[in-house]
Amino acid sequence: MHAIAELELTNVSRRTFLRGIAAGTFVLAVRMSPSAFAQDKKYGGEAMSGGLKDDPRIFLSIADDGTVSLLCNRAEMGQGVRTSWALVVADELEADLARVKVLQASGDEARFGNQNTDGSRSMRHHFDPLRRIGAAARQMLEQEAAQRWRVPVSEVKADNHRVVHSASGRQLGYGELARGAAARPVPARQALVLKTPSQFRYIGRENLPLIDGFDITTGKAVYGIDAQVEGMAFAVVARPPVYGGKVKTFDATAALKVPGVLKVFAIEAPAVPSAFQPLGGIAIVAENTFAAIKGRGLLEIQWEDGPNGSYDSARFRRTLEASAAKPGKVVRNNGNVDAALARASRRVGASYYIPHLAQAPMEPPTATARVTDDACEVWGSLQAPEAIRSDLAKRFNLPLEKVTVHPLLLGGGFGRKSKPDFASEAAILSRAMGGRPVKVTFTREDDIQHSFFHTASVERLEAGLDPKGRPIAWLHRTVAPTIASIFTPNARNEAAFELGMGAVDMPFAIPNVRVENPEAAAHTRIGWLRSVSNIPHAFAIQSFVGELAATARRDPKDYLLGLIGPDRLIEAASMSDEWLYGEDPKLYPFDTGRLRRVVEKAASEAGWGRKLPRGRGLGIAAHRSFVSYTAVVVEVAVGRDGKLTIPRVDIAFDCGAVVNPDRVRAQLEGAVVWGISLAALGEISFKAGRAEQTNFHDYQVTRIDGAPAEIRTHLVRSTDFDKPLGGVGEPGLPPVAPALTNAIYAATGKRIRALPIRDQLAPTGRKT
Amino acid sequence: MSTFTVNGKTHGFNGDPEMPLLWYLRDLAGMTGTKFGCGRGLCGACTVHLDGTAVRACLTTMGSIDGRAITTIEGLTPDGNHPVQMAWRELNVAQCGYCQCGQIMQAASLLKATSKPTDSEIDAAMSGNICRCGTYPRIRAAIKRAAQGG
Repeated sequence: MHAIAELELTNVSRRTFLRGIAAGTFVLAVRMSPSAFAQDKKYGGEAMSGGLKDDPRIFLSIADDGTVSLLCNRAEMGQGVRTSWALVVADELEADLARVKVLQASGDEARFGNQNTDGSRSMRHHFDPLRRIGAAARQMLEQEAAQRWRVPVSEVKADNHRVVHSASGRQLGYGELARGAAARPVPARQALVLKTPSQFRYIGRENLPLIDGFDITTGKAVYGIDAQVEGMAFAVVARPPVYGGKVKTFDATAALKVPGVLKVFAIEAPAVPSAFQPLGGIAIVAENTFAAIKGRGLLEIQWEDGPNGSYDSARFRRTLEASAAKPGKVVRNNGNVDAALARASRRVGASYYIPHLAQAPMEPPTATARVTDDACEVWGSLQAPEAIRSDLAKRFNLPLEKVTVHPLLLGGGFGRKSKPDFASEAAILSRAMGGRPVKVTFTREDDIQHSFFHTASVERLEAGLDPKGRPIAWLHRTVAPTIASIFTPNARNEAAFELGMGAVDMPFAIPNVRVENPEAAAHTRIGWLRSVSNIPHAFAIQSFVGELAATARRDPKDYLLGLIGPDRLIEAASMSDEWLYGEDPKLYPFDTGRLRRVVEKAASEAGWGRKLPRGRGLGIAAHRSFVSYTAVVVEVAVGRDGKLTIPRVDIAFDCGAVVNPDRVRAQLEGAVVWGISLAALGEISFKAGRAEQTNFHDYQVTRIDGAPAEIRTHLVRSTDFDKPLGGVGEPGLPPVAPALTNAIYAATGKRIRALPIRDQLAPTGRKT
Repeated sequence: MSTFTVNGKTHGFNGDPEMPLLWYLRDLAGMTGTKFGCGRGLCGACTVHLDGTAVRACLTTMGSIDGRAITTIEGLTPDGNHPVQMAWRELNVAQCGYCQCGQIMQAASLLKATSKPTDSEIDAAMSGNICRCGTYPRIRAAIKRAAQGG
């Protein structure tokens, strides 16, 4: 915490101002907690680059007028992190939330702790540090007031932005106390007194307003694409349409004649696999974006496609299916599946397919950079500001502190903006322009064609059933190009973090389980997309549960509960899950009771079992991911013409204690729409190595008229804020698609095994 | 040279008549509330009012607006308290918020023409505006709330 007048905040170089402070002994003391000495593996936020920071002097300042400024160290991309950060700190600080301003921290993990905003980690990892930041500052204010009044600190109490001494009736506002309080030592962690949940004023409260609500609704909110840097030029890039391709020849004569076009540069293509590097190509720098786009349209480029030039995703699907028909690397093995299959009274098998997808955030990837001989500055929509910072320091051979990254609001991310290739392009072009700032905009076509695509997958499931229709054997083959392929040449097996997204961490009470992972080669850039591998794994497993229930002639909800089995805690290791979202297995066992409860909650709230007219049906699915538990019931109506409508979705969710219920509900609503969108419409296909889709007319996403008429969110909330929290941004999504297709089966008897659904329900629908 | 007004202020332009109003607003006039989403009239992020009616700024060329009046999100109301903006805030509609300027401009145009829209009228009027965060249920609710207040 620092008591400074508001003006000083802009006048003082934040870097100098904060660096001196961050090097204080308090940080060292935190680092040297007993567990840090042990050789134990680190988990959670402490295992992330930069770790967790909780020094109030780094994050908080209180101005003389009492205005609290909080530096948010995570990227805002719609999950509400800026609002939720403010409410947690305000609560423990006993501040008035209306007097808290949120500023965005620049990229600097050494100072601010981990800033890589992905994996549904922000609140899960930072809730406790945020509480400590608020509580420490509150105690410093109380100590300052007690000293001024010469009374014991036990007699004073912080109360809504002031400290009061009730015995004498004296009180002092936070603004009056701030300067003195800031000079006091930060209390040691053991000396901090956190609130009890009954004392919370904001944490857990419904319908708190968004901190950026006014700016968003008036056009004042500044997103990455909105950065305005004095003298900047505007650029677009023509990138190789095939991953691994490069420019053979180009002619920019016509492009350079477009009024406003300034320069044309060739950007070198990187070696493959290219990690997060830009793809190379021909860049047009102009006085405005339109001139750049127009100029690009007049470029004549001959491409050399390279080995991925024959990538055909329809053919690739058959390759994946062939691989799924044969044994592969065993990644989980309990009991003896082969023997159990041999003695089963019935065997059931099915394969499921999900194509590539693009994240397509409404704000396309965009960044602005200014690179001079001795410094580099970047503004953009960046999920991981430190990643681009270290990349640019290396690229331009600059010390890290000479690279400043300003993360602005993200107009959606969904995984795309954790890769800063677009910011690298802006920096390369600014350097080429002799230090003139350059904004690189991805057009929508660029975004859809040069995504880091969600993998394409075939999941083959086989079960052996006993005479009552219960599985005694479970064989799952998961085949999908891995994200690891963008880092490691010829990576062909799913990484632990992909297998641990629902394939190996399958909790059903089945004695014989084997999960195999046959190889798959990648022919395009594979990347993270909201919920990642949970999407195909949950779709396959929860669809297959529906198929088994039908085979056994049982109610799908009862059958699912039977598979989940008795309440128990399952250790990750017993499922060969080496990932567990980076969390401590002791803190986060798979709690089947929590999964059962969300299933029961969703079912009861949805009126499971109610009579429905012809052409209507209910479907259910449940899944744990990002250490949270979700169940979804979808109601569908399928017309005689095959038209699909969704009258209602009930989603029950358990992420442990709930910090900001309105934003949790918003994330669940969004997850439902996302799940429906990818299930109903989503597909990126490849021909001759090129993504065939270009914009929202052929890469269709759910619009308001395809969204459910009603989404009802049901929070199964823990009241224990000391128990570890679960993630929120992603875990709502995975069960949506299978709940939808299970509902379609209930309504029509048609089983959808390949996404997207698109016209499969039409009377003459396409075969899959 | 064409002249037109943006939020009541007169602007002049003598550049490329093919330039979409979107890029004029964003790159030349520095008004970034109007968002780029697709460039082809497919997503509605750039919705502005042309003589009071919602249009896509990415499809509206600078050659076509001589003498016309443009209203952007920055000028929808002087204080940011249009009933649609207030309803949007009261229901916390936004997630990332990027598409919401376009959604609000479209909704304001809808309510001007249809003061009490039904669900299907809302869906029909708003189906050109994509929200990837999936705020559609709250958009419907906010439009109804704004209609009640208006």
